[in-house]
Amino acid sequence: MRFLNIRTGVSIKSGLKTIAKSLASSRLTFSIVILLIVLVQNIITTPTFFKVSITNGLLSGYIPNILDEASELVIVTLGMTLVIAATGGVDISVGAIMAISASFCGLMLNGSEYRTDVFHNPYILALLIGLLGGALCGVFNGFLVSYLKMQPMIATLILFTAGRSIAKQITHGQTIYIMNPVYKYLGVQIPGVPIRTTIIVSTVIIVIMVLVTKLTSLGLYVQSVGINGSPSRLVGLNSRMIKLMAFVICGILSGIAGLVGSSSIGSVNSGELGLSIEMDAILAVALGGNMLGGGKFSIAGSVIGAYTIQAITTTLYAMSVRADQLNVFTAFIIIVIIVASSDVFKDKVQKLTRKVFSKNVSVGG
Amino acid sequence: MNNEMQQNKPSLIMEGIGKSFPGVRALNHVGFKLRRGEIHALMGENGAGKSTLIKVLTGVYLMDEGSVTLDGKPIVIRSPQDAQKHAISTVYQEVNLCPNLTVMENLFLGREPRKMGFIDWRTMNRKAEELLQELNIYADPTAQLDTCSIAIQQMIAIARAVNTKCKFLILDEPTSSLDADEVKKLFTLMRQLKDKGVGIIFITHFIKQVYEICDRITVLRNGELVGEFEVESLPRLELVKKMMGKEIEILSDLAVNKDESKYDGEVPMIDARDLSSGTSNVAPFSLKMYKGEVVGFAGLLGSGRSELVRTIYGADKAVQGQLYIKGKDGKIKKPLDAMKQGMAYLPEDRKADGIFAELSVRENIIIALQAKHGLFKRLRRKDMERYADEYIKLLNIKTASRETPIKSLSGGNQQKVILARWLLTNPEFMILDEPTRGIDIGTKTEIQRLILKLASEGKSIAFISSEMDEMLRTCSRMVVLRDRCKVGELTQTQLNQNTIMRTIAGGEQ
Amino acid sequence: MKDSSKSIMQSQKLILKRKGLSDTKLLLLITVSLFVILYILSAILFADRNFAKYSVFFNLFNNKAYLLMLALGLTIVMISGSIDISVGGVTGLVSMVIATMLVDSTVSAVWSIPVALAIGIVFGIVQGYLIAYMDIQPFIVTLSGMFFARGMISVINPRSVPITDEMFMCWSSARVYIPFLYNVRRHGTHDVAYLTPAAIVAIIVMIVIIIMCKKTKFGRSLYAIGGNPQSALLMGVNVKRTKFLAHVLCGLLAGIGGLLYTLFAPSGNPGNGYGYEIDAISSSVIGGVMLSGGVGLPIGTFFGVLINALIERVVPLLGIVDASWPRIITSAFLFAFIVLQSVFARGTGRRLTRSRIT
Ligand SMILES: Nc1ncnc2c1ncn2[C@@H]1O[C@H](COP(=O)(O)OP(=O)(O)OP(=O)(O)O)[C@@H](O)[C@H]1O
Ligand SMILES: [Mg+2]
Repeated sequence: MRFLNIRTGVSIKSGLKTIAKSLASSRLTFSIVILLIVLVQNIITTPTFFKVSITNGLLSGYIPNILDEASELVIVTLGMTLVIAATGGVDISVGAIMAISASFCGLMLNGSEYRTDVFHNPYILALLIGLLGGALCGVFNGFLVSYLKMQPMIATLILFTAGRSIAKQITHGQTIYIMNPVYKYLGVQIPGVPIRTTIIVSTVIIVIMVLVTKLTSLGLYVQSVGINGSPSRLVGLNSRMIKLMAFVICGILSGIAGLVGSSSIGSVNSGELGLSIEMDAILAVALGGNMLGGGKFSIAGSVIGAYTIQAITTTLYAMSVRADQLNVFTAFIIIVIIVASSDVFKDKVQKLTRKVFSKNVSVGG
Repeated sequence: MNNEMQQNKPSLIMEGIGKSFPGVRALNHVGFKLRRGEIHALMGENGAGKSTLIKVLTGVYLMDEGSVTLDGKPIVIRSPQDAQKHAISTVYQEVNLCPNLTVMENLFLGREPRKMGFIDWRTMNRKAEELLQELNIYADPTAQLDTCSIAIQQMIAIARAVNTKCKFLILDEPTSSLDADEVKKLFTLMRQLKDKGVGIIFITHFIKQVYEICDRITVLRNGELVGEFEVESLPRLELVKKMMGKEIEILSDLAVNKDESKYDGEVPMIDARDLSSGTSNVAPFSLKMYKGEVVGFAGLLGSGRSELVRTIYGADKAVQGQLYIKGKDGKIKKPLDAMKQGMAYLPEDRKADGIFAELSVRENIIIALQAKHGLFKRLRRKDMERYADEYIKLLNIKTASRETPIKSLSGGNQQKVILARWLLTNPEFMILDEPTRGIDIGTKTEIQRLILKLASEGKSIAFISSEMDEMLRTCSRMVVLRDRCKVGELTQTQLNQNTIMRTIAGGEQ
Repeated sequence: MKDSSKSIMQSQKLILKRKGLSDTKLLLLITVSLFVILYILSAILFADRNFAKYSVFFNLFNNKAYLLMLALGLTIVMISGSIDISVGGVTGLVSMVIATMLVDSTVSAVWSIPVALAIGIVFGIVQGYLIAYMDIQPFIVTLSGMFFARGMISVINPRSVPITDEMFMCWSSARVYIPFLYNVRRHGTHDVAYLTPAAIVAIIVMIVIIIMCKKTKFGRSLYAIGGNPQSALLMGVNVKRTKFLAHVLCGLLAGIGGLLYTLFAPSGNPGNGYGYEIDAISSSVIGGVMLSGGVGLPIGTFFGVLINALIERVVPLLGIVDASWPRIITSAFLFAFIVLQSVFARGTGRRLTRSRIT
């Protein structure tokens, strides 16, 4: 018994040490720091920022809001991370895939009616069909990239252009409203649970992704394929399969995001759902310290990146910046973050401090 | 007379050079002197700091401390452009050319012939043709570079370097991917340049070449300067001792079991019948290999040796013929099939086909084993670390830690990591295509010993090397290729330099 | 159709065998032949739509002159191994600035030219500096650039502003007829092909870029750093400066593109230029430029733009009323095109090169 205790004590200690070490060296630290800065800035400007209260049986406040509003982005970002790592390219069709899978789900639930509160099919089945739609889109993208050797951005351009129109065709060319309150379980609240379902869903997915990369060698495979395809093949990896898989996972995750998104507003509007989310997702991946050229990736980084983006947006809104001008500030903040975390900048700062320091020493001596 | 004066006075002097990378002190207070009109060997084990010294001199890395003087005047080199301005031209260890450009552009990039400010393509073409002809390089100046073999690319890199009006030429292991003929060509060229008063730094692991062409030797060990010596005053064994810091056993004590009659009636490990792959253009070949046998593949560059073994491994898919493994149809469609049946393949081109540059040494070592286990049976972290440490020790891999990205290892050490990767899968049949390329002589002996040990344990090994000595020392049988055809097999009694060379050249027919 | 594509493939194989055809030229060849096939096909299918007329052909280009500018900018940065997705935003910003500037006619329309160029160059310089000298990923920098430009549009003017300035409208509607290139209409009048001033500017700029890419040291450095930046550095190319200049040039071209777009559609609109970066990228890629760098030709991009224009012209002719179908069909075309291209390239390119080792 005692022996066991000692063992775990030691392993925890060494675990902490390695975590601390990797934090100190990685770019991840920076995104965490930035997230903290954004939050601290909020304490100063918006005193109520950290206040959490329960209204209508739901946790509410700025923080739960950020977690809630970021959930779609977080989910999509996870998929994007894999695609970028495995192919060195981006999937710009994620927003369109969101629309497609939500439309499938809507079609299953509403039948041909455009506004109804009866489900035509079981809820779960509809969700699954929605996900299947996402997965199929992923298969399509993945096939183009891994078997036809297209450049990912171009391959996904096809669904990017056509996806929303396809979604619209699925829902008979109109926005459909799903009035059954059960539909909002996924995007708003399951009765009796005081936390928004979006937060739960995104957390669960993050956990699953972390577990998958920890328990299987998916992470290693994806990185190997992303770094160099030729040796991957020679060591027995099926790089086509792995790229395809990355796209399929990305498709499914986008599908989930689409379902969550449409459920939270109780309707399927294929023109609006997840509009421009692809850019935010790519940004989140990069903010998390991942290289867009493929190869090494960090799930944690991407997640932090996604929350950071949402925190910035929420903060700006809290400072009553107008929606259409928000972009100017966002762009500015992102550039500052990225510049400050760049190696070149760090080098320069280091040199400067060293210079100042050595001057002091020489003056002192 | 003048020449001699120059010979005696160092022209390019590096002093007190220090360079550290995270976790490694690659160079510690190293000095180096180069005279005009001399060929100066820079020697040392893998990871001794040779390439780093060169990169510091040519401005690829900035030195932490130290100084460089040129003809008495201190100079600062911050980028490869600066180095070119001081008429220093360089061939780096890994071929560094642009694969998407044509051969002639690679030759002339940065100093294209121009007419009225615009690039004069016709002149460039003509000049390139002349240059290639002069150096006997068989390449079309308008072909895209990545259609050329590594050896040709290496020659093109050399041609590019000597084409500038350089005063100093640096060659970092230029001969590692060349065959005897091309080495001869290179040496002629080096002698010409030397006579013109060019100072040449020559890095190689081939001791013989050093004694053939060099005037002086500077030895590094573990980032420290051991000393500068005149070639005449330093016998070979002494040199090796200086490099390794200890004596090594003489190579000739390796003994090969060349008794082949014992295979009679045994089921061959590998039995290829009229095998041929669609992409490689190697004529269909038949081949048998038995347990415990080391079979060499000899032939000139481009004779199809690498392509032949690639077909066996499934790296190039066979479109014709059968491959039986231990008497059963192998059904090999892709490398993974081959791996599952106990094959391993160490590829020729380390940079393109071997390493995962950004992955750590550990990940590079375990990747093949992990791929064999599959996606869901992830190796335990502890096991991975144990395997990595084991092979780092066994092959004497010089790395800051097992988590260092492989790209920051020296060339030779990268090679060892890849070898470790395949040894870890515990193969029964290993294909080693130039396993000792860029590896220092100490380790080379170790690897040869390892090959024989593996054979004696009942493994079967296909071995390709550009060094005839090495193959003669280890192989019990040799397959000879010429012009993408298997032209013969030489057994024990015929295994000597002469017969092999004759068969390769096709003289006996 | 099947036969012809097969024979193209065979002839391409032959060429390849005879002489090492570079990736760049191979892709160009594929693009041009596919454009020709597509054009002939539409001429046959829509015989009543006059595809055989010179004027129709030239109008394809007149309508897309601005896109050529944006696509050429992207071609340059993509060859250098980078990317710029701010060009659509810059286009929109330029048109909004010009429209707002000209709204009360106190400023001469001549000023729109330096203003457009300046906006483009400023974007190019800032983005180029961050990418080349601060070593930040181009996607992020230019994505922020796009956000910034789009946001600025609303800051300047959140409503749409029509342009009424006389001189500007005069430039916008001017036509330069091309002598001898005409078809006779049924009732005897001549249908003469013409170019707009914007198209002429675009053609001149394109020629300059083509010469630059082929004939100057800077142009070749672009290819070198796109092919392998590390090698280029070791071969003495100033990688950072080249990358910086590529982005400045791309910014400048985006500025010109914005001006030409404003000439084509004379009004400032918050939605202007939305998504044009994607059109520009796809035109370049269709024209044979690789996103991974080092491969591509500006003339290919020209054909890429033409193909984009052709698809846009053909799709409405299919006679589908429903609003969402054209986008689906457009991307189906795009899809078919890219697939054909990649199949050709795969059937002929890599495989052969691998085995052609001497
Ligand atoms: N970019 C780098 N980052 C970190 N460490 C490096 C880097 N380059 C070299 N090193 C380390 O510096 C040491 C010297 O390496 P170097 O490449 O100079 O060896 P070398 O003498 O050329 O060996 P070889 O004969 O194998 O080419 C090695 O331990 C290597 O791991
Ligand atoms: Mg070296």
